[in-house]
Amino acid sequence: MNWNLFLTELVAGITHGSVYALIALGYSMVYGILKLLNFAHGDIYMVGAFIGFGVITVFGGATALTTSLVILLVSMFVLAMLGGGLLGVMIERFAYRRLRNAPRIAPLITALGVAFFLENSAQLILGAEFQSYDSFSWKNGELWSKGFELPAGVHVALAQIIVVVGTLVLMVALTYFVRATQTGKAMRATSFDREGAAMMGIDVDRVIVVTFFIGSALAGAAGVFNCMVYQQLWPYMGFQAGLFAFTAAVVGGIGNLPGAVLGGMLIGLAQAFATGYVSSTFEEAIVFAILIAVMLIRPSGLLGKAAIQKV
Amino acid sequence: MDDGGNPNLPARPDEGEPGIRVGVDDWVATHEQRDVRRTGLTGKANDLIDRTPRWWFYVAFGLLAGLLPALTSNGYVIRVGFDTLIYMLLCLGLNVVVGYAGLLDLGYVAFFGFGAYIFAMLSSPKFGLHWDALIVVPLAVVATGLLGLLVALPSRRLVGDYLAIVTLFFGQLFVTIMQNGSRFSLLGIGDHSWDLTGGPNGIPDIDNWDLGGFKISSLNGYYLTALTVFMISLFAIYLVDVSRTGRAWKSLREDPLAAELMGIPVNRLKLLAFAISAGIGGLAGTLFAGLNTAVFAADFDVPTLIIVYAMLILGGAGSLGGVILGAIVVNVSLEALRTPGHATWIFYTLIVATIIAKVRPWRWVVIVIGGTIGLGYLLVAIANEWWPRGTAGEPTVSGWLGTWLNEWVLHPSDPQTIGNICFIVLVFAVLGLTLLKPWLLWVAMIPTLYLAAFVWQNRLVVEPSVTRLILIGVVLIVLMNARPQGLLGAHRIEIA
Repeated sequence: MNWNLFLTELVAGITHGSVYALIALGYSMVYGILKLLNFAHGDIYMVGAFIGFGVITVFGGATALTTSLVILLVSMFVLAMLGGGLLGVMIERFAYRRLRNAPRIAPLITALGVAFFLENSAQLILGAEFQSYDSFSWKNGELWSKGFELPAGVHVALAQIIVVVGTLVLMVALTYFVRATQTGKAMRATSFDREGAAMMGIDVDRVIVVTFFIGSALAGAAGVFNCMVYQQLWPYMGFQAGLFAFTAAVVGGIGNLPGAVLGGMLIGLAQAFATGYVSSTFEEAIVFAILIAVMLIRPSGLLGKAAIQKV
Repeated sequence: MDDGGNPNLPARPDEGEPGIRVGVDDWVATHEQRDVRRTGLTGKANDLIDRTPRWWFYVAFGLLAGLLPALTSNGYVIRVGFDTLIYMLLCLGLNVVVGYAGLLDLGYVAFFGFGAYIFAMLSSPKFGLHWDALIVVPLAVVATGLLGLLVALPSRRLVGDYLAIVTLFFGQLFVTIMQNGSRFSLLGIGDHSWDLTGGPNGIPDIDNWDLGGFKISSLNGYYLTALTVFMISLFAIYLVDVSRTGRAWKSLREDPLAAELMGIPVNRLKLLAFAISAGIGGLAGTLFAGLNTAVFAADFDVPTLIIVYAMLILGGAGSLGGVILGAIVVNVSLEALRTPGHATWIFYTLIVATIIAKVRPWRWVVIVIGGTIGLGYLLVAIANEWWPRGTAGEPTVSGWLGTWLNEWVLHPSDPQTIGNICFIVLVFAVLGLTLLKPWLLWVAMIPTLYLAAFVWQNRLVVEPSVTRLILIGVVLIVLMNARPQGLLGAHRIEIA
């Protein structure tokens, strides 16, 4: 067995899986509360990536950074999360709020429209070309030369460690927030029964805004994480990532937060091993096959509970 | 409606709020208003239109559309007409699954592409097959229908959301497979690979339609064939619509659970809707491949999907007349948006029409439009004095409209950066407008409109290909929020 290839793909899968998990968390949170597939979520991830790119440009560009790595990374994350979160809140306020009691199909089509609007506006403003974070040249490539060695000569770079650890930190913080804080409790109540929660005195509008903010902030962070490792960004990058993260959320059980993480990891690993052992052209087909298989065998997802339809 | 008029009752908390009120059904509450609408000249006309059987309109449309080649010999116009007919056919198919059955099919253009590719493979030099269209077209329709069935099967038990993601993914997968189909091998096993789809180069040199020896080769011929195919499909769908199946679909759309409890075979109907809609998509694909003589995977990607959705939603999902109207309005607008001159006319006409329709009282219409133009002249005068770069740019639109616009809209030299910033500001400003109430709204409209004109002249009109898609996105968002039933669709009665 080729341990080098296996471990390389394992590390790549976990890294990519972390990014998918972060996006999938946002999908799942929004779905849990509004029962809405927010197609624009992938584009918030794209905007997050571009905010990070803007920060790099402000600090002098990838090859001539004028600041230390820590300051760069922190400001990238803070701004991408803030920007992504605010964008999510705006989308909710102006595109979805009026449709909360409309037929199910109306907000879905609106979400498609928002996604399309964001992608093409980004193309208008930023151009259709591929850009690159070029994190190999940040401060002489410290992000990639540092790290630790696995057996069989596999190098785990600092960039990958930051992505995985950062994802873990965000997930732990989210879990704490949802489990232990008053707002988190209100979120769970709202997702369980919106009308009931409103009758108990919970400000449902506020809870939905908070949910959108947190979910979209996670997507913004995912955009920066992704480009730190995979470099490239372009206006349509959100579509495929959104689709995969979506699949991750469904595979794990949509509306279920640990499920979203599990699904994200699964999709990331499947994609990495598909690329390593078969061919990168098949990654989409394999992820699709996983989706179909899960839907046939366990329609409610791996960790989801079967929904009982109430009348 | 009169709530009894008892002065001793306390005011209801929802009093004065527009829309649905507690305990009062929306439809019942507006019953009298609807009765009032039936009077006067417009009311009479409405009555007349309502009483005329629907299919009269369809026949009239068919006759008018059939006259087009006789009226003009302009190949471009006929070509746009043909494209519009293809879009109509696509909308018709999508209408079955979205409008009637209420299922969100986001892989629809893949069926369109599948039909096109089948036609391309079976009658082109690619595999040396040159089959008769009389065989290929029915074959393509049936095969696409079966593919639709196959896609819907795993999702048959699931709610609309899961269907949406499976179909969206399927559509993406279709494009990927077609683009990589030039080196097809069995999951990377073995070295041999086959070229099935031509990959990114597509399949060129497709034959013309050959109907049992009668070859269709001219543009006019294709136009009339497409019209015939569309009219036949339209009447077929019309008959299904008014049949038992059509009613069952609508019950499924309104409330799947209740429909199932009434003994309606929900799963079978969903699959049927999917298969029929996919089949019509495939039919449109064969026509598309026949005229274009080449197919490329990129033609069947998300933008096409969104455009077809925009047509369906604009026309009104569930309405056959809406399918025709939506396809015409959207496709003709998209074509017009290619030329800056035409696009500018459409843009300002739409803005002025919206102002006239929405701004009341009337004097504010004059104030808003006049204020915008006045502000423009003022800004241009200021710029001439202190910011010469602001008027140094080239006007982007020709004709007297362009010249006149140039007098009051700033045209900076090198407008890209400032145009982009203003685009973002414009988006925020328009969103902000939705929060304001008259008269503050009308006042705030003046600078916003000016900003819109500025962004349009300097940025949007310069990049028509992106602008078209941005506008499609805006149309979808605005329509769903303001008029979800579209132009011709019936208003849905929501019983919460």
